[in-house]
Amino acid sequence: MTDEKKTQIPDAQAIAEGAEVTKEMVQEYTSQNMDMDKMWITMGPQHPFSHGLWTLKIQADGEIVTDADPIVGYLHRGWEKEAENRTYPKIIPMADRLCYASSMMYTHLYCMTCEKALGIEIPEKTKYIRVMADEINRLQSHLMWLAAVGTDLGNFTAFLWASREREFWMDMNVRLCGARMTTNYPRIGGVRNDVFDIDLDMNDEEKSRFMRDIVRCCDHFDKALWDIIALIDNNSTFISRMVGTGIITREQCANLGITGPAMRGTGVDFDVRRDDPYDGYDLVDFDVPVLSAGDSYARYMIRVEEMFQATRIIRQCVDKIRSLGRSAPYRLKVPSRIPAGKTYCRIEDCRGEAAMYLVSDGTDRPYRLKVRSAIFVNVSSSRDLLMGCRIADVPVIMAMIDMCLGETDR
Amino acid sequence: MAYTSIIDWITGVYSQHGWADPIQANPYYPFGDAYNLPYDLGMKLWNIIGGAIAWLLDLLFPGNDVSTWLVCDMTNNIFALVLFMVLVFAVVFVACLISLWEERKVLGRGMDRRGTMIGMWGFLQCVADGLKTFMKDNVFSKKVDGMTYWWTVALIIGTSVLIDCMVPLSPRWFVVNYDAGLLIIMGLYALAPFFILVSGWSQNNKYSLIGGIRAAEMMISYEVPLLIIIATAALLAGSLNIGDIVMAQTKHFWYVIPMFVGFVTFMICATAESERAPFDLAEAESELVEGWQTEYGGMKWGLVMLADYLRGACSCGIIVLLFFGGWNLPFMEWTYFLGDGIASFHQNFMWWFPAPELTFLLKAWLIFFVMIAIRLGTGRVRTDSILNLGWKVFMPLSILNLVIVLIFKLFIGGVF
Repeated sequence: MTDEKKTQIPDAQAIAEGAEVTKEMVQEYTSQNMDMDKMWITMGPQHPFSHGLWTLKIQADGEIVTDADPIVGYLHRGWEKEAENRTYPKIIPMADRLCYASSMMYTHLYCMTCEKALGIEIPEKTKYIRVMADEINRLQSHLMWLAAVGTDLGNFTAFLWASREREFWMDMNVRLCGARMTTNYPRIGGVRNDVFDIDLDMNDEEKSRFMRDIVRCCDHFDKALWDIIALIDNNSTFISRMVGTGIITREQCANLGITGPAMRGTGVDFDVRRDDPYDGYDLVDFDVPVLSAGDSYARYMIRVEEMFQATRIIRQCVDKIRSLGRSAPYRLKVPSRIPAGKTYCRIEDCRGEAAMYLVSDGTDRPYRLKVRSAIFVNVSSSRDLLMGCRIADVPVIMAMIDMCLGETDR
Repeated sequence: MAYTSIIDWITGVYSQHGWADPIQANPYYPFGDAYNLPYDLGMKLWNIIGGAIAWLLDLLFPGNDVSTWLVCDMTNNIFALVLFMVLVFAVVFVACLISLWEERKVLGRGMDRRGTMIGMWGFLQCVADGLKTFMKDNVFSKKVDGMTYWWTVALIIGTSVLIDCMVPLSPRWFVVNYDAGLLIIMGLYALAPFFILVSGWSQNNKYSLIGGIRAAEMMISYEVPLLIIIATAALLAGSLNIGDIVMAQTKHFWYVIPMFVGFVTFMICATAESERAPFDLAEAESELVEGWQTEYGGMKWGLVMLADYLRGACSCGIIVLLFFGGWNLPFMEWTYFLGDGIASFHQNFMWWFPAPELTFLLKAWLIFFVMIAIRLGTGRVRTDSILNLGWKVFMPLSILNLVIVLIFKLFIGGVF
């Protein structure tokens, strides 16, 4: 059908001038212009698969996805603008709220950015404490992701088992800083409290029961994670959903800016912790898992291996903190004003590369504080991830991105 | 087969003492030669209730016709039939509630939580949930297609209840004793996909539509292997009558032995047929919210869930009937090989076991336990893999099962 023959509907101006629009005209116009083979399905913002408030519109041709369009912004609360009106220490609890699952990391990132702007070096013990806290947070976040993968794959057992293991690390968090989720633990120039001040052994001031329990948690977790792995990896109903779905290549990764486990799943051997080490990460020994398949299963495997590496890092940190002892300093006094300048700082978040760009003007408030969220970039790639997959694969592929809306919308 | 149990003993008292047998002396008795326990109980119940009413009426208005009518043979039979239906449904309903409770409790323990907690061992949770859904508002979209939206859900629930009532619990607890009993049940099973498809279409919701289409295509593909295996069992027993199939197993051995391939295939296909995990993609909540049930809320949702459990429990019942000797106690069939010793063992030592109905239900709950375990440990299978599995794996397997049974029957045919 050529364009000349198509029915034209009078525009608003023509209608104002008195042109008539009949029902038949509209029906004819719709039938000519609609692609009836394909159907747009809106998933979200209230949908069981979207972990948080966001919408994914997918265009489906039967069961095959032919187009996708992620819509974020439901949770936008003007974080960056709000930060400009607060003094530097008051932004710390706000940074907790960036991502409920990796609050420790964002607070750490913020404090690190300020320290870099101030040009100070934090004490060695604090570096280890921060790395340990980060890895505890990484375990929590990855376990929550594993739980969500369980429900997205249609199994509630994996959800509850992963949540159960997460509780141990939650308890450790509570003992470390008093809160389960929004930790408010790192400070500019150190951390809030020394780990030796928690649960002191009455007989020996140098011994902390907290440190003992962290190691016990690691011992338990290294075994318990195998239960969940046995449930998922030995089961073809799970594997068949993950292998070969949501494939992306190295080139796509580079073009889309994907970072984190998704990037390492395509064979890119890069981890900020190892290749651009911050705080104590150059002082501990760990491996960076890399796979080249680029599918959902590769992302799954990498996250699981990262959990094992996390306990390995925690053990080393505990040893180092113990050897440094109670007397080592854990916090520096820092000035409340940051000299004028521009600072960029990045860390390896649980979901990818998170960064902050601080423009300071010599006052006690930031002139501008820009946050680079890994998920905001990763979720933009959902069209490339989803093209050609089936509707049933959509939750599984999206689960591997590990959505967190707090940092995406800011 | 004579059952030596308490209920048999109680019901047998009538004939021992020379009392009139209310069933055989009844000119309107609808079950022919067969003794029907729920009907008998209904009759006795009505004799008490109707007799009391008639006596009262006679006291108030001496010599009236109504009290005579209330206790005549025809009225007795009509009310006995009503009470018979109530009894059959009540037993099925309670059995279904118990399997519901079993599922929630076992799932809970498997997932390292407590499961249901209300009442003794959490048994009253079903009642609480029923009351809760009953008191919910009747919310539905304005844009649903009213006629189909209401009638399809009623038909889905109705057929599910009907299927379950058609499964005989024992030679004396049945609704019809028909030569094509299994075919009736499978026919009722086969009705559901159409209702689900139309119901998904009527809701004016994309999730419902996709869910309805998925459910229908899955159920239609999985009915083929089911029917082939049922035909194989009928071939072994030489009859489609459920009673005959069970009796043939009692004489020889449980059909799970020659038809092991068929049993595994049937188990999986029945799981798919009753839309249970891992084949629950019709209600795949992660992508399709609640599948074809999305727009059904409150009591409608509660009844649809109940219908799902009724179908699941019924699938387990059919598995027990076809493969595990139905209502007979285990090792009863060894009589054929070991002589009458086993039979006398049962008569002498198992008399305390109250009823064949309970044996049947216990076996069905055991099979249901396997289904729950499958649900505990599996994820959801994708639509195209399900159809692939159905047509390319289970269909050939069911035919392989038929071939094995044919070889069995040809070469070791002595026992048949």
